[in-house]
Amino acid sequence: MVTAERHRRLPRMADSPSSSPPSTGPPGELTEATRDEAALTRFLRGLPGIDAVGLEQRATALAGRAVKGEAKLRAIDRAVSMVDLTTLEGADNASKVRALAAKARTPDSRFPDVPRVAALCVYPDLVAEAVTALRGSGVGVASVATAFPSGRSTPRAKLAEVELAVESGADEVDMVIDRGAFLAGEYGRVFDEIEQVRAACGPAHLKVILETGELGGYDNVWRASWLALLAGADFVKTSTGKVSPAATLPVTHVLLRAVREWRERTGQTRGVKPAGGIRTTKDAIRYLVAVREVAGSDWLSPDLFRFGASGLLNDLLMQRETQLHGHYSGPDQVTVDL
Amino acid sequence: MSEDEARVSTRKRVTVPKTYKLYVGGSFARSESGRVVAVADADGTFRANAAKASRKDLRDAVAAARKAFGGWSGASAHNRGQVLFRVAEMLEGTRDRFTSEVAATEGLSATEAERAVDTAVDRMFWYAGWTDKLGVLRGGVGQVSGPYTVHSTPEPVGVVGVVAPRRSSLLGLVSVLAPVLAAGNSAVVLVDTELAVPAVSMCEAMATSDVPGGVVNVLTGDPAELISRLASHSDVDALDPGGADESLRGELEETAAGSVKRVLDAPLVEPDWSTAPGTGRLRAFTELKTVWHPLGE
Repeated sequence: MVTAERHRRLPRMADSPSSSPPSTGPPGELTEATRDEAALTRFLRGLPGIDAVGLEQRATALAGRAVKGEAKLRAIDRAVSMVDLTTLEGADNASKVRALAAKARTPDSRFPDVPRVAALCVYPDLVAEAVTALRGSGVGVASVATAFPSGRSTPRAKLAEVELAVESGADEVDMVIDRGAFLAGEYGRVFDEIEQVRAACGPAHLKVILETGELGGYDNVWRASWLALLAGADFVKTSTGKVSPAATLPVTHVLLRAVREWRERTGQTRGVKPAGGIRTTKDAIRYLVAVREVAGSDWLSPDLFRFGASGLLNDLLMQRETQLHGHYSGPDQVTVDL
Repeated sequence: MSEDEARVSTRKRVTVPKTYKLYVGGSFARSESGRVVAVADADGTFRANAAKASRKDLRDAVAAARKAFGGWSGASAHNRGQVLFRVAEMLEGTRDRFTSEVAATEGLSATEAERAVDTAVDRMFWYAGWTDKLGVLRGGVGQVSGPYTVHSTPEPVGVVGVVAPRRSSLLGLVSVLAPVLAAGNSAVVLVDTELAVPAVSMCEAMATSDVPGGVVNVLTGDPAELISRLASHSDVDALDPGGADESLRGELEETAAGSVKRVLDAPLVEPDWSTAPGTGRLRAFTELKTVWHPLGE
C-alpha cells in the first residue's frame, strides 16, 4: 500500500535535511543510556531540570511578536500545509472521513492556491477509507493506535492495532505512551513499548504522544521527550486532544528544545507536533514563531512540524480571506465539519 | 486621632477618574490596540478615558455575538422578556448616576436629563414586553385555498451591527438596541467615544442583569474607522446605519450588499427619540419563516 511516491514525499527523518551534520547514529552516552533500565533511569533522572519561570516567560515574550501583512499571509499558508486534519470521535464513519479527505485535498474550493494539508488523522479502522479517498493527492494518512487515547491495554492488543493501521496503508502512526508506567518510574517498560511499536510500524512514521497534560510538570515532559527520542520516535507529540490542558506554548517549547538538542548530539532530525487546543490563526502563528526561535527554521516544514487540529483549518481559511480581500469572513463561508 | 482625621478630611482629594472599557463577550476589556481617548463633558472638562476600539476588537465582538446568538435566540420569549425587564430594573436602580452622566455628556439640564433617563427606562420595559407578542404581531396562519395550511413565525436575523445615535447618548442607544435584543438577535454596537460614559454604564447594567455574555457588545471608538468593516463583515447579518453620517449611507449599503446583509432604512436625520417608537424596528430585525403544513384526510 505504501507507494514510492509517498516515500519520496516523506523521507526518513534521519536522512533529512542536508544541512545537518552527517548522520552517525547516537553518540556513546546515548547508546549507553538505552543499555538497560537502570542506565535509562539514570540518564533520564540525570537530565538537567527545566526552569519553569524562565520557560514560561520566554514563551509569553515570543507569543507577543507581531506577524502582519505579507508575512502573515505566508505564515497562514505554511500553517495550512502543516495541519494534520483530525477526526477522532466515537461518531466517525466512512462518509465523514471522505468529507474530510475532500477538504484535505482542497481546503478552500474558492481558492485553489491554498496548499493542501499535511495529513488526515483518523482511527485505525477508518485508515483504509482515508487511503482510498486520498490516493494520488499527496496528503498523508495518519492513524492513532495503541489504545488511544488512554493507552490502557495489553502490549499485544496495542501492537495488533498498529499492525492493522499499517496494513491498511497508514503513512504515519500516532501512538500514546503508557503514562501510568511513566509516572511510576518504569521507564524501561515505556521504552520497550515504543521500540516494539517502532518495529511494527515498518516504513510508516511514528509519532509518540506524551500526553503532557497528565505528566505533571515540565521536568517530566522533558524526560518523556528524551525517552521517546531514544526509543526511535520520528515525532514527539504533546497530547491526544482528549485531556485538558492539551498543547500549550511552554510545553511545545520543551519538545522543540528536545529535538534541537537531539540533532546537536546525534545529527538526526526529529519532528514536533502540538495537538489539541490550537483553534485560531493567532495561536498557530505563535507556534510558528516558537518553532523558528526554539528549534530553528529547518523545522518550519510539514516534514518536521505539524498541528494536530480540526477547527484550526477553518480559522486559517477565514483569516486568509481577510488578508487577501480586506473584509472579515464568517463561519458561513467555510465548510461545516460535522 | 480626631485631629488626624480632621486633617485628612479637609485635604483636597485627588479624584480617581475611570477608564471606560469595551464591552465584548460579557467582559470589560481594554482595546486590543491599547488606544484610549480622553472624554470631555459637554462643557469641555475632562471626565474620563475611554477605550478606542480597533478592527480586531470589532472582529472579536462579532465572533462573541455569533457565539452568543444561539443561546439568546433559542431562549424562550418569556425568558428574554424577563432578562430585559431586569435590565430596566437595573437602569432604574442607578437612575441618579445615569441622570448626571447624561446631563454632563449631552449638556442638558438636570430636569431634561432626568426625563431622558426615565424615557430610556420606560422604553426598555416596553420592548421587554414585546418579546412574547412579536409572534402574534408578525406571524400567524395564512389563508390559502388548498388542502394545506401556512404558518409563519418571525425569527431573529442573527448578528446585528448597530451604529449608535449621536444626538442622544442613553435614550438613543436604548431605543436602537432594545428592539434588536427583544427580537432575539445579538448585537455589536459602535458608539462614538464622546458618548462613551452613559453607554458603558449601560453595559454595566447589562452585565449585572442576566444578559448572557456576548449578546450585547459595545465598542467605543471612532465609528467612521470601523463602520465599513462592520458593513463588509460576512458574519454580520443585518446593519442599522442610523448613527452613520449621511454621506456614508450609500457606500455602506453597497458594502453590506456584498454579504447580502439586511440594512435598516434608518432616517437620514435622527428622529426625536422621546416619541413613541412603534414596532418598526422589531419587524426590521426579524425574518419571516413560513411552513406549509399539508392537511391529510
